[in-house]
Amino acid sequence: MNSLLTKFTLGFSATAVSFPWLPEQSSTYAPGIDGLFYLILGISLFFIVLVHVLIVVFVWRYRQRQGRRAFYTSGNRRLEALWFSIPAVILVVLVILSQSTWSRIKTAAVWPAEALTVEVLAEQYAWNFRYAGPDGKFGALDPALMDPYNPWGRVEDDPDGADDVMTINTMAIPVNEPVRVLLRSKDVIHSFFLPDFRYKHDAVPGMTMEFHLEATRPGDFPLACAEFCGLGHYRMKGTLHVMPRAEFDAWLTEQAEEGQP
Amino acid sequence: MISSQADATTADRSIPAAPRLRAPRRALWRYVFTTDHKIVALQYLFGTLAFLFFGACLAMLMRWQLGWPMQRVPGLGRVLPALSSQGGIITPELYSSVFSLHGTIMVYFVVIPLAVNALGGYLVPLMVGARNMTFPLLNALSFWAYAVGGTILLGSMFTEGGAAAAGWTAYAPLAALGTSGQDWWIIALLLAGASGIMSTLCYVTTIVNGRAAGMTLGRLPMTAWAMLATSGLTLLAVPALTVALLLLLFDRNFGTSFFMPSNMIVSGERLANPGGGQPLLWQHLFWFYAHPAVYIMIMPGMGMVSDMLPAFARKPLFGYKSTALATCSIAFLGFLVWGHHMFQSGMNPYLGTTFMISTMAIAAPSALEVFNWLATLWRGSLRLVTPMLFILGFLSLFVIGGLSGVFMASTPVDIYVHDTYFVVAHLHYIVFGGSMFAMFAAIYFWFPKMFGVLLGETLGRWHFGLTYVLFNLTFFPMHMLGVGGMQRRIYDPTIFPHLAAMQPVNVWISVSAYALFVAQLVFAYNFVRGLWRAHQGTGPRAGDNPWEANTLEWQTTSPPPEGNFVERPIVVRGPHEYGSPECDAKGVEHLPQNVA
Repeated sequence: MNSLLTKFTLGFSATAVSFPWLPEQSSTYAPGIDGLFYLILGISLFFIVLVHVLIVVFVWRYRQRQGRRAFYTSGNRRLEALWFSIPAVILVVLVILSQSTWSRIKTAAVWPAEALTVEVLAEQYAWNFRYAGPDGKFGALDPALMDPYNPWGRVEDDPDGADDVMTINTMAIPVNEPVRVLLRSKDVIHSFFLPDFRYKHDAVPGMTMEFHLEATRPGDFPLACAEFCGLGHYRMKGTLHVMPRAEFDAWLTEQAEEGQP
Repeated sequence: MISSQADATTADRSIPAAPRLRAPRRALWRYVFTTDHKIVALQYLFGTLAFLFFGACLAMLMRWQLGWPMQRVPGLGRVLPALSSQGGIITPELYSSVFSLHGTIMVYFVVIPLAVNALGGYLVPLMVGARNMTFPLLNALSFWAYAVGGTILLGSMFTEGGAAAAGWTAYAPLAALGTSGQDWWIIALLLAGASGIMSTLCYVTTIVNGRAAGMTLGRLPMTAWAMLATSGLTLLAVPALTVALLLLLFDRNFGTSFFMPSNMIVSGERLANPGGGQPLLWQHLFWFYAHPAVYIMIMPGMGMVSDMLPAFARKPLFGYKSTALATCSIAFLGFLVWGHHMFQSGMNPYLGTTFMISTMAIAAPSALEVFNWLATLWRGSLRLVTPMLFILGFLSLFVIGGLSGVFMASTPVDIYVHDTYFVVAHLHYIVFGGSMFAMFAAIYFWFPKMFGVLLGETLGRWHFGLTYVLFNLTFFPMHMLGVGGMQRRIYDPTIFPHLAAMQPVNVWISVSAYALFVAQLVFAYNFVRGLWRAHQGTGPRAGDNPWEANTLEWQTTSPPPEGNFVERPIVVRGPHEYGSPECDAKGVEHLPQNVA
């Protein structure tokens, strides 16, 4: 059932000629979301045109004229039921289609068990990223240790953390591989927004948000903050580099070496 | 005199005999400290229009920065030296305050009080055939709470650090950290909320208990139905806002942590608050009020359109019962959809599904009302005067705004469009295109009742044509910016290359917005000229019933006397009897509600 619905939305996405303003699809989520977007756009345009044609026709045909009088009617139950039901049926269909896409993105049960993990820590007005490094283990964090020189609150003598990679405003992930993101904020609410990926998630202080992303093409993509977070909200800008696996591994090693004292 | 009237046994049990029917002689008591609902409503009308002008000026400042980032604003350094220290450049501080004030003013101090208190407050007692509100003093007091709240909000601009700068939604913990302007913002909103509670208490009781003889619920004008539903929303939703505001005030000033978790580190400093709070709690409490507030803004207009439209189509509203039912079900469902503002907030995604279902559900009764209005046009005899043009504009823009809301209701699409200009476009189509167009229609329609003079028709048509076209030129391209990925509330879009590529659209929007602003001066001139003519006793007199409408407010003088009716009307039929068989039998074109 779900895959059938997915095929339908994807088909709709493929047939719709690329809308001139949507950024190029760059993640596995983009086709499903764009498909629904085009579907709702089509339905909306149909009703907008219908209503406007009716307004214009009625205004022209039934404008006040000498010798013509209005037709007396105070309603018609069947008609009213009809135009209550038609939108209701369309909306039920939209709910079902939306839910199938939503659950593919948001349900933990469908997320892959194994995935590269990137930790994101948002702050006014920068994005901090942390990778586990070659050992695949993140070093321990202690919020009590957080200060301007240790934004993550790393426990210095934890051996797991020795090779951790930390970057600011630069995130890199391999292409065509699922990536697990753990998103946090140290001050106010921010929102992790990748327009080309059609993805966005708020970063709320005190909570850890988990989601998965999979890039479908290499390139550099803008990362913006979508939730107003203060005076510098507009310049809270990062870049996501999507690269082939080998290039990514080289990048990670390079970053790990740079980080060594 | 009233107690001796024949209708003492009717629904109107709660209103005692009016102690006097003559207005106070002294201007101070007649126009300022009045308890007459009509004068209170006019106080609201002038207050909200003044705030509308100010809120629009703030929008012009925003459009300057977005169209031509960091360019000197001519004269700004001279007008607001304290607020703009950079010699006339809009700073990020000023920009944040400006969009926060714009939203706050337009929602709490313009659209809600204009729709509910100015027009709704004027019409409710007249339409149900009451002499005044059931609690006239409480009604008058609501205006003073509004006025004091508004003054405090304006005054907060001159505090150290400027006005609140956390948006009209004031999301915690950002709003828990700002300068003292945020405290004044909280106090201003507490007063606005109190004003809403006091006034809507009057409306509910007046509609339930103050109706004239024969004014059954089935004969209530649709405006009264909408005001009843709106008042219910206000009475049940405002307490949630009040609670949220008080908790925020505590967090800011008394060391509590309702909305702040532990270990918050702001600008490198660890906050001393005890922690343990939850930022999402603010969003839940705030939207539990602020989503119903969207319906508080739109429903009075929908009700007024449902009463004005029949008068211009010369036939009854198509589907009176289903429209009233839809109004009530929208009000009910309006309480179940607040979470659709929080799909990407970290709220449980299963809750997102629930709120998507309720949000889609609310679209069905809204669509029913739209089709009922269209069917009212069908085979009518349409009088295309200014208020009717604004009603048609309302229909057009409300449909576009309603449909653009479906994009956000669909949870996956919302992942992308949430917090982008798509939302800004959508909300302006509903609040400006929907509510404000309905309010313009209502002002053109009821101005003659309020002041005894018709507004200029030619000027009105120009006002409509320019506003409709320029509105679309301003707000439609915002959908495209949103689809292109431009996030809300950013000071300078050009620092992102993908947004800089769309900068010509921002320039286009700014130019259109300035033209839209200038077009409103046509209305301002028309309005002030109307007032002047009313004052001078010149110009075309409106007469009691210039639109040949049936509801009770047209069956008294323009403006109505103190006590509204010389003799209290006895209602014998519904509000929209135009061209009915009964009319034909009596040889008249329409039959007012009270004509035997």
